[in-house]
Amino acid sequence: MEIITSILAGILFATAIYNILQKQFLRIIIGTTLLTHGAHIFIFTSGRLKTGQPPVLTEGVSDYTDPLPQALILTSIVISFGVTSLLLVLAYRTSEENNTDNMEELRGNEHE
Amino acid sequence: MSNLAVLPILIPLIAAITLVFFNGNVTVSRVLTRLFSLVSLGAALYIAWHAMENGTIILETGDWAAPYGIILVVDRLAALLIVTTNLVAAACAFYAPHAGLGKKEYYYFYPFFFFLITGVSGAFITGDIFNLFVFFEVLLMASYALIVLGGDKVQLRESIKYLLINLFSSMLFVTCIAFLYAVVGTLNMAHIAERVQEVDQQGILTTVGILFFFVFATKAALFPLYYWLPHSYIQPNPVISALFGALLTKVGIYSILRVFSLIFVHRLDITHELFIWIAILSMIFGVIGALSTNNIKLIIAYNIIPAIGFIIMGIGVFNQDALSGSVYYLVHDMIIKAALFLIVGAIAYVAGTSDLRKMGGLIHYYPALGWLLFIAAFVLAGIPPFSGFIGKLQLLQGAFGDGEIILAITALITSLLILYSIMKIFIRGFWGEKDETAGFGTKSVKGMIAPIAFLLALSVLLGVGAEFFYPIVASVAQSLLDPQIYIDSVLKE
Repeated sequence: MEIITSILAGILFATAIYNILQKQFLRIIIGTTLLTHGAHIFIFTSGRLKTGQPPVLTEGVSDYTDPLPQALILTSIVISFGVTSLLLVLAYRTSEENNTDNMEELRGNEHE
Repeated sequence: MSNLAVLPILIPLIAAITLVFFNGNVTVSRVLTRLFSLVSLGAALYIAWHAMENGTIILETGDWAAPYGIILVVDRLAALLIVTTNLVAAACAFYAPHAGLGKKEYYYFYPFFFFLITGVSGAFITGDIFNLFVFFEVLLMASYALIVLGGDKVQLRESIKYLLINLFSSMLFVTCIAFLYAVVGTLNMAHIAERVQEVDQQGILTTVGILFFFVFATKAALFPLYYWLPHSYIQPNPVISALFGALLTKVGIYSILRVFSLIFVHRLDITHELFIWIAILSMIFGVIGALSTNNIKLIIAYNIIPAIGFIIMGIGVFNQDALSGSVYYLVHDMIIKAALFLIVGAIAYVAGTSDLRKMGGLIHYYPALGWLLFIAAFVLAGIPPFSGFIGKLQLLQGAFGDGEIILAITALITSLLILYSIMKIFIRGFWGEKDETAGFGTKSVKGMIAPIAFLLALSVLLGVGAEFFYPIVASVAQSLLDPQIYIDSVLKE
């Protein structure tokens, strides 16, 4: 099971990088979203995947699901959600002000 | 256990939340900002004194015992950096009302200012690697808001690049933490260090270490990951640039210092050898950048990169002299970078342009500003008796002592070129005939001079008072060389 999710995380990372390297804002943002998904699935895998086991609640439980990665993902999801929404607004404003959503045209060497 | 450790996070946080309510009233905001920055500075000084006298201050949040909960650790290094952060913040708080922010002061400038300080202080004192990521995000969120404040065309264009590179490296950071957690099964930095020690840092851990290095190197703007920095740092108001230049990259370099002196210290031949080469390349490319431009703000922004190179140089050499040099240089650079950004901000404000080719003869109108820049150039280049000299002396002693001749010579040449790049601003901007037609001399620099002079005075004090400061820095370096001190203070309470 861990192997499958690791491969899934890998595929998500690869597609994310491909999208981030595009020139259009929206594709880049989709890329970053995929990247966060990949990272989250990877954190999830890092604590071993087990079904039907309780998290540590009582003494004497020897086989348990690690609750820590879930707490980490939750934090990370909140943060990436916040940043992505900010990024969307920023991308919208930038394309409005600069009249373009193409990264090639936003290099800005004229202000050297 | 002492609740003191939370104060450097709590005071700026309370300040930020309070200031949100007074956003409409600039007069009250200004007064409160000054007040809170002084209170925060006072608290930081007291905590630093306490940490120096009674040893590391530990706070187990929520009373969760050490490896399980999040812990806050104020050791000597953290204490030193918190004091410096608060000194820079206080200077910026006093400079801000005169910085020509205009309407931007109404755009929640002061609350974000304090949120940034919260994040920076939090990153310095946390003892948990995931919590370090969270504090990175706190300071980055505040920095996103500050860099785009006002939202004009160029600013938006550069902000989006800044946000993208930081989002990317943050996600890489989380992935690295997941790697590390999968291998060692803990997030407490002291506990990680202990476990890495037990297995003698096998290959997989060195790989994770290098990945961490790339994350922090992106935040700290080291070669080859610095390209995002110069253009995005010069866009916002000078006060914001000063805060960014003084604090943000330094949090990255602090993380490298902490992680590679505590956790990944068993394969120095791989990790720290890499740092030496990155240090050489950062110095060379950074200073070439600084020499290549006529934009005064860009010159200072490029100068951040060789400075980070100097600090990583000490971490790469990794002996007593070099590490104390790194710590000294870190403190020195936080102060002087803030001062330089504020000075060029003032110059650009009075000259109405940041292009060197369009100014000249400013010394006739603003003698104080000119001489401050002159002193700042000497401080940065490391001319005795200023603070840059002591840091560089230690670094070079460490490098020569370890036989790193190429590194030491690169550092020396870079210092000279840095001096030249700043002197260029002085020569081209301040020398020259009085030009009546240019219309200089109409704007007042009142209120800007005092905070800059304060920062420079601190810097001179650090150099002249080296006799007093050096033992502190040396003891910090000693504790960095012996990770057992940190581990024991956290886990054996």
